Amino acid sequence: MEKFARLIDALVYTRSRNEKLRLIAQYLRATPDPDRGWALAALTDGLDFPAVKSSTIRTLLKERVDPVLWTLSRDFVGDTAETASLLWPDPLDDQPAPDAPSVSEAVAKLQAMTRANVQSELPVLLDRLDPSGRYALLKLATGAMRIGISSRLGKTAFAQAFDVSVDEVEEYWHALAPPYAELFAWAVDGEAPPDIANMPTFRPFMLAHPLEDTVVDLTDYVAEWKWDGVRVQLVHAGGQTKVYSRSGDDMSHTFPELVSALDQPAVLDGELLVRGTTQGGEANDKTQGGAASFNALQQRLGRKTVSKKMLQEYPAFVRLYDVLRDGDRDLRDMPWTQRRTALEHLLTRLPDTHFDISNIVDADDFDHLARIREGTRDDAIEGLMLKRRDSPYIAGRKTGLWYKWKRDPLLIDCVLMYAQRGSGKRSSFYSDYTFGCWKGDPDTSADGGAELLPVGKAYSGFTDDELKKIDRHVRQNTVQRYGPVRETNKELVFEVAFDSVHESKRHKSGLAMRFPRIRRVRWDKPAHEADRIETLRALVRD
Amino acid sequence: MAAPFSWIKPEPWGIHVVPADAWVDPARAVDRALVTHGHADHARGGHGATVATPETLAIMRLRYQTGEGPSGGDTTPVAYGETVRLPGNVDATYIPAGHVLGSAQILLEYAGERVIVTGDYKRRADPTCPPFEVTPCDIFITEATFGLPLFRHPPIKEEMDKLLERLNAYPDRCVLVGAYALGKAQRVIAELRAAGHSAPIYLHGAMEKMCRLYEEHGVDLGELRLVADYTKDDMRGHIVICPPSALNDRWSRRLPEPITAMASGWMRVRQRARQRNVELPLIISDHADWGELTRTIKEVDAQENWITHGREEALLRWCQINQRKARALALVGREEEDD
Repeated sequence: MEKFARLIDALVYTRSRNEKLRLIAQYLRATPDPDRGWALAALTDGLDFPAVKSSTIRTLLKERVDPVLWTLSRDFVGDTAETASLLWPDPLDDQPAPDAPSVSEAVAKLQAMTRANVQSELPVLLDRLDPSGRYALLKLATGAMRIGISSRLGKTAFAQAFDVSVDEVEEYWHALAPPYAELFAWAVDGEAPPDIANMPTFRPFMLAHPLEDTVVDLTDYVAEWKWDGVRVQLVHAGGQTKVYSRSGDDMSHTFPELVSALDQPAVLDGELLVRGTTQGGEANDKTQGGAASFNALQQRLGRKTVSKKMLQEYPAFVRLYDVLRDGDRDLRDMPWTQRRTALEHLLTRLPDTHFDISNIVDADDFDHLARIREGTRDDAIEGLMLKRRDSPYIAGRKTGLWYKWKRDPLLIDCVLMYAQRGSGKRSSFYSDYTFGCWKGDPDTSADGGAELLPVGKAYSGFTDDELKKIDRHVRQNTVQRYGPVRETNKELVFEVAFDSVHESKRHKSGLAMRFPRIRRVRWDKPAHEADRIETLRALVRD
Repeated sequence: MAAPFSWIKPEPWGIHVVPADAWVDPARAVDRALVTHGHADHARGGHGATVATPETLAIMRLRYQTGEGPSGGDTTPVAYGETVRLPGNVDATYIPAGHVLGSAQILLEYAGERVIVTGDYKRRADPTCPPFEVTPCDIFITEATFGLPLFRHPPIKEEMDKLLERLNAYPDRCVLVGAYALGKAQRVIAELRAAGHSAPIYLHGAMEKMCRLYEEHGVDLGELRLVADYTKDDMRGHIVICPPSALNDRWSRRLPEPITAMASGWMRVRQRARQRNVELPLIISDHADWGELTRTIKEVDAQENWITHGREEALLRWCQINQRKARALALVGREEEDD
């Protein structure tokens, strides 16, 4: 655990990607099995210990530290695990140095913990570690390292450590479980790679770059709608069907109707949507049913069990984009045009209740396409996709092959109402903002007849310099404090960009925005000139 | 007779000693200032008269021309342990605070009542200044910069080992240590010397005068060189010290692939170090940590504790739990300095 803790600390303080790769690779080479496998799983978010949650740590600490002092400390640090690692009592000076557990021992102990005994077992482990060790252990235990290491970076470091291809690592990765003994046997000892042909494993998605200022020639690129659902991969192999999210999480239990709808060996890429009659109509083929807004799909996401009512009210289907495998044929090296033909053939063998195909958008040229994009204001559509006609299906984002061209966001001027301190890198800054629009007319009812109602919350879209200025504004204009939240003078106007707006009970205004972000800070604009609730409500589409 | 302690009034810009019409560490120019130490959030120029230790006056002369020329005002040096009688029959005694060279707690006595203003202080040994002395009083006005229980400054030896270990691991690079120009920089140098590091230490230009001032006051800092006088190659394998503001400045481009370190109590929190792009955090502070703050309150055992600049809330809570009378003062101009 000491070596792992040192690695974590070094990674926390390292900015350079190459240096991070070097540090991880060096650790993987120098550490024995199965410690390195568990460490790799920790770095790639592959570990989950159901008995240990952030709330477990909070409870544990509140028994040892005054609750008020705990909250003040947590608020200052911005991270529960780190606060706990710092506040945990050190062994007394006259005690011998504790015998730190290995990573494998720590993992075994964490796996054995239950909700019933975690409050007595976790302290035993913590007592054997120094502050860095406690930090590493708690980060590993709660499964959220948040130290700037993506899962992809971990795999790349693995590939670099043992001189193997990262694409191959990706391919096998999802068929294996920590501590990845077969993966190390293959990469380190040159044994045969894991056989995944008959396993319903996840294949890494092909992703797109934003188009930005690029202009493409439609003879080389084809345009498709970019649907506003959830990108999924459906895999049927070895008699089993799995539904995977973009990050490779298994969502099969949430969408049982899709599991039973795919009964032939294939790997498919598409957009998960919910049936709806009023949405998505304009971009649909006459023969296709409509899709509901993302808001409707949200009712289905994240559920462990699905009721019959849910299945009836929000029936899910997949609008297919691509095919990676058909039967035992791997199609990924083929050009997109050939895969599209294969997909159209395959579609005839799939039930139309649960599958259709994402239509090609016909346009004479790029300008025509731009006009089509601008004319679309449909909640089921996020914009357009542009795909090179000869592009193979390659994991990750490869420049020049696929582009996403999102439609322009909607804009509204809101007034800052509350600010909350961020976490992680922003732990000392007020970086999460709740803002509102006017109910009533702020110009005519100067006596306070008009009232601000919260409409959304955002924590992105501004630069680091702007963040510092807003943070200062918040500190100097606080009217009330509620724990980590400050209520501010209603003076600062944000131009907020968002993708869509829906009826919702989350905010007092009855409206909620999808993906709001701060587009501009309007230091110049007086608050009474910000928008009214009615303006926002007029943009609701469902 | 006036109400107890009505002669001492905390105001947002300083602590007012009413009968003497004097201010302790005022944030704006006043007729008579009692200054605990030379840091910018406690000392400033433009006062009519400044009462401080000779070392603090020397620092203020360097920084604000205090006591020099027509606008420098009058100065009254008070050595450690000495008492000066102020107008209005107030006595002020300057007692070591252990924070930086010349730093003092000020004991104010009037009508049989005793109030101590600590300024900033620490309880750890520091080769550049005499240690904090626990002194009985009725009201103890304490700082609270690191007033959260998570702040435990490790022994400085551990941090010096970390620094020297990294230095030795990269003989072709240098370690650039960001350290506050007054106090922290000289303490780091003195501690490096105590740890047996006798190689020359390179200084950012802004550090030079203060280091010379320390040397004039008997603090031996060994061989110091100015970065400007040497080449990149000269500095390979050496320690360079600069103000924190220069850490990520273009200035550091003249150094041989610097490893960025920072000596500060805030370095205990990882994200604080990350925010400053620090690769080697050194937890070295000239302020009391949580254990020192609470121990000091216990040892001084005043009737009442007033808590200023820092995380007052947590220390206030600690006093409440431990049945000690306390209140928080909101003083302006006390920024989170680079400690």
